[in-house]
Amino acid sequence: MDAFTTLSGVAAPMPLVNIDTDMIIPKQFLKTIKRSGLGANLFDEMRFTQDGQEIPGFVLNQTAYRSAQILVAGDNFGCGSSREHAPWALADFGIRCVISTSFADIFYNNCFKNGILPVVLPPEVRELCMKDAEKGANARIEVDLATQTITLSDGHVINFDLDPFRKHCLMNGLDDIGLTLEKVTAIDSFEAKATQSRPWV
Amino acid sequence: MSATAPQTLYDKIWDAHVAHEAEDGTCLLYIDRHLVHEVTSPQAFEGLRMTGRTVRAPDKTIAVPDHNVPTTLDRANAATMTEDSRIQVEALDINAKEFGIHYYPVSDVRQGIVHIVGPEQGWTLPGMTVVCGDSHTATHGAFGALAHGIGTSEVEHVLATQTLIQKKSKNMKVEITGHLRPGVTAKDITLSVIGATGTAGGTGYVIEYCGTAIQDLSMEGRMTVCNMAIEGGARAGLIAPDEKTFAYCMGRPHAPKGAQWEAALAWWKTLYTDEGAHFDKVLVLKGEDIAPVVTWGTSPEDVLPITGTVPAATDFTGGKVEAAQRSLDYMGLTPGQKLSDIAIDTVFIGSCTNGRIEDLRAAAAILKGKKKKDGLRAMVVPGSGLVRAQAEEEGLAQIFIDAGFEWRLAGCSMCLAMNPDQLAPGERCAATSNRNFEGRQGRGGRTHLMSPAMAAAAAITGHLTDVREMM
Repeated sequence: MDAFTTLSGVAAPMPLVNIDTDMIIPKQFLKTIKRSGLGANLFDEMRFTQDGQEIPGFVLNQTAYRSAQILVAGDNFGCGSSREHAPWALADFGIRCVISTSFADIFYNNCFKNGILPVVLPPEVRELCMKDAEKGANARIEVDLATQTITLSDGHVINFDLDPFRKHCLMNGLDDIGLTLEKVTAIDSFEAKATQSRPWV
Repeated sequence: MSATAPQTLYDKIWDAHVAHEAEDGTCLLYIDRHLVHEVTSPQAFEGLRMTGRTVRAPDKTIAVPDHNVPTTLDRANAATMTEDSRIQVEALDINAKEFGIHYYPVSDVRQGIVHIVGPEQGWTLPGMTVVCGDSHTATHGAFGALAHGIGTSEVEHVLATQTLIQKKSKNMKVEITGHLRPGVTAKDITLSVIGATGTAGGTGYVIEYCGTAIQDLSMEGRMTVCNMAIEGGARAGLIAPDEKTFAYCMGRPHAPKGAQWEAALAWWKTLYTDEGAHFDKVLVLKGEDIAPVVTWGTSPEDVLPITGTVPAATDFTGGKVEAAQRSLDYMGLTPGQKLSDIAIDTVFIGSCTNGRIEDLRAAAAILKGKKKKDGLRAMVVPGSGLVRAQAEEEGLAQIFIDAGFEWRLAGCSMCLAMNPDQLAPGERCAATSNRNFEGRQGRGGRTHLMSPAMAAAAAITGHLTDVREMM
């Protein structure tokens, strides 16, 4: 997994609430056995007409935001299905950070497995980011994971909270499975005890 | 908290599965059952291969293809599947064989939607931890099992380690008091709860559903309620196991037998929330206040009683104003329009929410001796091959066929349209599934969620209909 340390980039505003995983990556693109290449179809039905033409009004089709690396999103971003194709598509497009007031649980987990930082902020602070994002390509937002800060284009600094373990894994691009396998004796011993106490499992 | 402090059902199941706890509270939760389907698993198995890892507990890992498979009677013919769908199903065939996990291929009568097959085969039992790369894993909570959806990286993690890295969620109680009125079902409960909490109301929580109206429900109904816990944002939904649960499990192919059954039963009977246990959030609804409901918008929280009218965007506040206007435009609805005046093109009965035998019985009870409206497309997709066989034996299939419905083979079908069952742009569907998102049932398709009885009523009249008028 790619480590995440700092990011400086254009933020695209997507104020719509409840952006679901079917919007992020529609089901017809889940028929892949790979993790790569999904960026071309990120937000497909909002971004393209049925015959594949760009919809000019959609934020990521606008000149200022075509290379956005950050999304500032409405409440409850990523609700719906467990498809990891959603963060795969975001990462493949180049989005490495999503800022909102809340995320759906499974999507939030999935982001950390793919080098994407989801940042939860109170509504009024998210609005500051949204306003900055609306300024377009000249307004670059800086994200620093080590200091847990976001610096807006006018120099305003915002702090955000993050679970220390998730931060550690993301900053170092750690492989969860490798970490867990270091504790294999604990798993072995739990399993041995469970086999005794709940043999039907 | 001392060992004697009152615990919730969630606390008890959680404690019984912590294999390791770090100082910061990050836990390795041991997983008793891992269900696998073809869409979210190929990259996980590929990851195992690339790292030279293997499946730690193949005996606890159960795979079945469901999302992609066609539901038409000719599906044995490979040409009914698109190339990419076929590759995904074939990948599962190969992975199941290579890693030695339990498998129900498309050709097996036990094949069906993973969340219907698990309980039906007795894989899902009270007090277990159950995960699957699918958000509707919440379904299994109906047995008092801690069950939730995971992403593909976590699928790989569970395959390799039989654990999941987790922090404990908060406890939420949803109590449905009293009893449901005639014509009101489990689907109306679960939609009404989401209508009350919103789709993020459960975020960060595990919900325990309780109260007399929940106890009244059959296991099928309880699965419907828990299935949609995820639509309310919760990590999982739970219902304490009781005699109905034990009766459902007894004798299932993978349920314990003999002395092991007795030992299991003794433990299962301790799985309830202790008197005085703490809940971080509580919602109470009166069973008598719940009406047959439908959704009008493109979020499962857009729920109203069928007797209601389409709202205006200005009825909402904050970010929901823009979202509601977008929903109204997408759904082609006008504020003030009576919900029961909304004409439909298609009826879909099926899915992991409502594809079980009781759902088919409820729909057939309304359709018996009647015909669907002329010109309407209507299909029933049983949740598993065994549900289909039982419905045929009970004469339900003939009722559907006589009413003009297509009687399909098992699969996820039109719930998510990853297979040939899809809506055309603008096509409006009365659906018993779980998501009314834009494009969910096909690009431009318009979905109204409701119970099987309500969907059957709509099939007869050709518009959204209060099923109570037909009872």
